[in-house]
Amino acid sequence: MSEDVNLLKEELDAGRFTITAEICPPRGTDVSAFIDKARLLKGKITAANVTDNQRAVMRLSSLACSVILKQEGLEPVLQMTCRDRNRIAIQSDLLGGAALGIKNILALTGDHVSFGDHKESKPVFDLDAVQLVHTVKTLNEGKNLNGKELRGETDYYIGAAVNPGSVPLEPEWLRFKKKINAGAEFFQTQAIYDMERFKKFFDDAEKLDVKILGGILLLKSAKMAEYLNKNVPGVDVPQSYIDELENSDEPLKTGIDIASRQLRELMGFCHGAHIMAISQEESVPQIIDGA
Amino acid sequence: MIVTEKKPINEIIENLERANAKSVHLFGCDTCAQQCKTGGEVELKEMTTLLTDKGFEVTGTSLVDETCYTQLAKREFRQKEELKGADAVLVLACGAGVKCVADSAEETQPILPALNSMFLTSVERVGKFYEGCSLCGNCVLADTGGICPHTDCPKSLLNGPCGGVDNGKCEVYTENDCAWVRIYDRLKEQGRLDIMTEFVPPKDHSVQGKPHKVLLR
Repeated sequence: MSEDVNLLKEELDAGRFTITAEICPPRGTDVSAFIDKARLLKGKITAANVTDNQRAVMRLSSLACSVILKQEGLEPVLQMTCRDRNRIAIQSDLLGGAALGIKNILALTGDHVSFGDHKESKPVFDLDAVQLVHTVKTLNEGKNLNGKELRGETDYYIGAAVNPGSVPLEPEWLRFKKKINAGAEFFQTQAIYDMERFKKFFDDAEKLDVKILGGILLLKSAKMAEYLNKNVPGVDVPQSYIDELENSDEPLKTGIDIASRQLRELMGFCHGAHIMAISQEESVPQIIDGA
Repeated sequence: MIVTEKKPINEIIENLERANAKSVHLFGCDTCAQQCKTGGEVELKEMTTLLTDKGFEVTGTSLVDETCYTQLAKREFRQKEELKGADAVLVLACGAGVKCVADSAEETQPILPALNSMFLTSVERVGKFYEGCSLCGNCVLADTGGICPHTDCPKSLLNGPCGGVDNGKCEVYTENDCAWVRIYDRLKEQGRLDIMTEFVPPKDHSVQGKPHKVLLR
């Protein structure tokens, strides 16, 4: 991987259907399984998102794991939330990531600490996701948030999240446009379950000159789907999928099949797909092959 | 008004024991703590019984209109010998009240809190308290239809809802309507949705420097 090429941006700009997937850092310093997953995904996907203490559960830092991915030759997308750091720490980590060769950022608000394993901790949210996008743009322009010149700017390809299934959609749509105005160039969406609804969202979003990667969440079992519905913000798996998994002798296989079908549909109209296979990253190649 | 909650009695007793207090004077507040049923006349009586049962000597009680007013606390200390003579003073008021009592006492006398201070409330009606203001020092209500995103959004987001909105409900407190969906609805009613398209820059927290003070003279 050449130092100067940003594979993700290049693929999306070229108009090729682009697949990303997320990898979750370990809870501890043993990165062997993380590296195994990276090697499995290399060549199958364009870039891998590294989650930032996903669901407010403390894990190895997304910045450190992004660097490890890069060393493994897999293009990282550094996920960064506003939950755990104030604007000084966030800018500092953004400079750190850039200095270590990270080229893509996904700017997120972050799940509230009440969902995680350190519920007693202070939720920071000094910035929100729109302000975080603005912050990355500002650093890209060679200045810090207070307008001071940097000795060496960042050059991030700026991503953000959007939930096309949000009910009501209008406030989310306004914030989506705010993120674009603040500098977001690509979006990875929350998991999609209603493809017709998403297609309509995509048709409107495409006019705003941004790249959209539709979110696919791998369902491993009916139980998992029900758990996600209950416990994970923004996830709303429809009953038809739950029934399909419930009636299956091999639920994981069925889940992979559902994901492959979604991926195939996205290939028909979308810019790309973002696969979220929570703790089941090894199934991502099968999802892609199945599509 | 400041909403307070009672500390667990075990914590109060532990604090009294750590202060080597055999005798204790109780200090309530007839404004906020009275309304919260945490430090009025009734609660002073309850606490007297509780601590007496546990073997403490309760030397007396004080109940002033506003315990967060140092002059009123000082007057009690001037007027009541049993207040000065107690091994410790247990204050059934908010933290500001505890501070005023502590500032009025001799340096040698331990002053202990009986309550936890929770929030600045809007009072819907007697006994129904909803956090009204986060005291951020930079009021944004002009642009949010009178609904406070600092206070009503658990993430204090300034640029719209997070991705966790579920049928208009908050992802954190699922019984609550999302503050930003409410703001959207109200601004829409007022024909002012253009406000929600404007970028709100990061908050200036420098006005939040602690401890705050205002000196009018």
